[in-house]
Amino acid sequence: MHKLLASAYKEFLLLTRDIGGLAVLFLMPLLLVITITLIQDSTFNTIKQNKIPIIVVDNDKGEVSQNILENLKSSKMFELSEQSNEKLVQELIQNGKYQLAIIIPENLSKDLNQKVSENVDGILAQFGAIEDSLPHKTTILQTKEVKLYFDPATQFSFRNSIKSGIDQMVSKIETQAIYKAFQEQISDDPTEQIFDTESFITFKEIIPNAGKKALIPNSTQHNIPAWTLFAIFFIILPLSINMVNEKNQGTFVRLRTHPVSYGTVLGGKAIVFLSVSLIQFALMLLVGIYLFPFLGLPKLDVSGRLPLLFVVAFFAGLAAVGLGLLLGTIAKSQEQSAPFGATFVVILAAIGGVWVPVFAMPKFMQALSKMSPMNWGLEAFYDVFLRNVGLSELVPEISLLLLFFVVTTVIAIVYYNRKNAV
Amino acid sequence: MIQINQLSKKYKGAEIFSVNDLNLTINEGEIFGLLGPNGAGKTTLISMLSSLLKPTSGSFSIDGMNYKDHQKELKQFIGTVPQEYALYPTLTAKENLMYFGSMYGIQKSDLQNDIQGHLETLGLSEFANKKIKTYSGGMKRRINLIAGILHKPKVLFLDEPTVGVDVQSRNVIIEHLKQLNAKGTTIIYTSHHLNEAEEFCSRVAIIDHGTIVCQGEPKKLIAEHNGAGNLEDVFLEKTGKALRDYA
Repeated sequence: MHKLLASAYKEFLLLTRDIGGLAVLFLMPLLLVITITLIQDSTFNTIKQNKIPIIVVDNDKGEVSQNILENLKSSKMFELSEQSNEKLVQELIQNGKYQLAIIIPENLSKDLNQKVSENVDGILAQFGAIEDSLPHKTTILQTKEVKLYFDPATQFSFRNSIKSGIDQMVSKIETQAIYKAFQEQISDDPTEQIFDTESFITFKEIIPNAGKKALIPNSTQHNIPAWTLFAIFFIILPLSINMVNEKNQGTFVRLRTHPVSYGTVLGGKAIVFLSVSLIQFALMLLVGIYLFPFLGLPKLDVSGRLPLLFVVAFFAGLAAVGLGLLLGTIAKSQEQSAPFGATFVVILAAIGGVWVPVFAMPKFMQALSKMSPMNWGLEAFYDVFLRNVGLSELVPEISLLLLFFVVTTVIAIVYYNRKNAV
Repeated sequence: MIQINQLSKKYKGAEIFSVNDLNLTINEGEIFGLLGPNGAGKTTLISMLSSLLKPTSGSFSIDGMNYKDHQKELKQFIGTVPQEYALYPTLTAKENLMYFGSMYGIQKSDLQNDIQGHLETLGLSEFANKKIKTYSGGMKRRINLIAGILHKPKVLFLDEPTVGVDVQSRNVIIEHLKQLNAKGTTIIYTSHHLNEAEEFCSRVAIIDHGTIVCQGEPKKLIAEHNGAGNLEDVFLEKTGKALRDYA
């Protein structure tokens, strides 16, 4: 115990003597979480509040295109400008002046009305509602195509949401045209309301809260756990660099002549760097609670969750420290440990679901994700932050994190002892 | 005290043995000098005796303890002063020594007194709270020495303890080592300073190509070699004048 405490004290001294390094260790993760949350929150607000400029080329000039234009205007998402030259529109989109152009084809209204009328006539004739001796007429009409031009730089998810919105709008217009055709056939009075054309099925988002206080997920509640975990795992960089420095300074060699186990040496490092990760975590929470509201960001809600959050942070920190100890043991130079450590953390974050949710990943990556300690940590943080779980529900994830620490540390010790066996 | 039997070391990928079938006995209370040109195998031998390097073959024992079976006891029994400074540059001398002393299991109060004593003897007490990175080469060498003797080892291995220091620092280091030896510490050291070894050592061995080419008391060795006026003459006669450059 005496040797372990002396090792921890030495690590504490080494860390506190490097003020620049210490500042980087604590300030950079804070800067990261503030920047990411500001960007995500403002992007979210931009989409909600600011209109996206789009161009419409109306080759139809009819009732349907008018309807589309009115729908686009009333959606409040778009700022419409009309153009007549499709080639010019293509250039404007290609140059990135506009994100989207919609080209409404010629005769859309006329052909749609004809198609719907013929279909309705056909249906009514089947039911004998039309006493017409003439045979039912069916004109072969070419399918109408509403063309969408996207700025090549727009993201896939943005394209998908726009396509889905426009598809919904066109379907609604088509449905209304069918209702209208029926109404014209059934009633002579155009003002008479036979059909209720309003949507029958609507959506309401309910947040499951298991009888507890409902939590509204926002950018802060999502970002603090994700990026805090990212920062916690970045501890492997200073930790492995610290160990490589000791090798270069010769102090590790000197320690090998002392009657002290490698486990004790690593234990001292683990105590200090785990404390650092917990302080980092506390600072992140403080920023989320007190600084975010000043920056116009949603306040972090930790009410009633603080002890559980620290439990998760403790085990996530342990896993990160274990990885750092292993990397520091194996790496021979900073040129090996620093780029590998940084890249590996980014890979773990990507696999773990920090950027892209795990459910959106391909099956193979989803399976891989289950093996990332960052995924275990992230799930545990989300459980506490967003799902309001208790300690017992966290046991699987924190056990995995603990196991990861044990396995990485044991590998480090075995590797070291084998490498230096006399 | 130290019994070395057919000790050999061949590094991975190397074509020749760095230490080759070496036999040597070092008695208790001796100051034994291991001399030799660059690449002769001095540091390799010291590293094996300090439990830093695994021998390829052969064995050795210190105070009757075989190195394989008594590693932990031997670490408490011996002290090592490496050629590198092997100190934390951002810690003060006192912090460095407190840490390395603690790793020998010495309690804080005992350590503080011992450190103070060594610092005073080696003329460093006024710099005890200065960071190592501000020290001169000679000062670092002296702290390096203290770090290896805090636990009062019975056997002390020193790898070129006076390399790159001024005459004053060298004198202080040698005097301190003589005091330790007078108190019963057996000293084994390597050096390129042959005049220093001639004056300091009770016995020396000249090593070349991993084997001992001659050994004995410095004065006797000089007398045994016709025309040799000092240890350097014996050294050159035994190891030749060809440059020993390795890459």
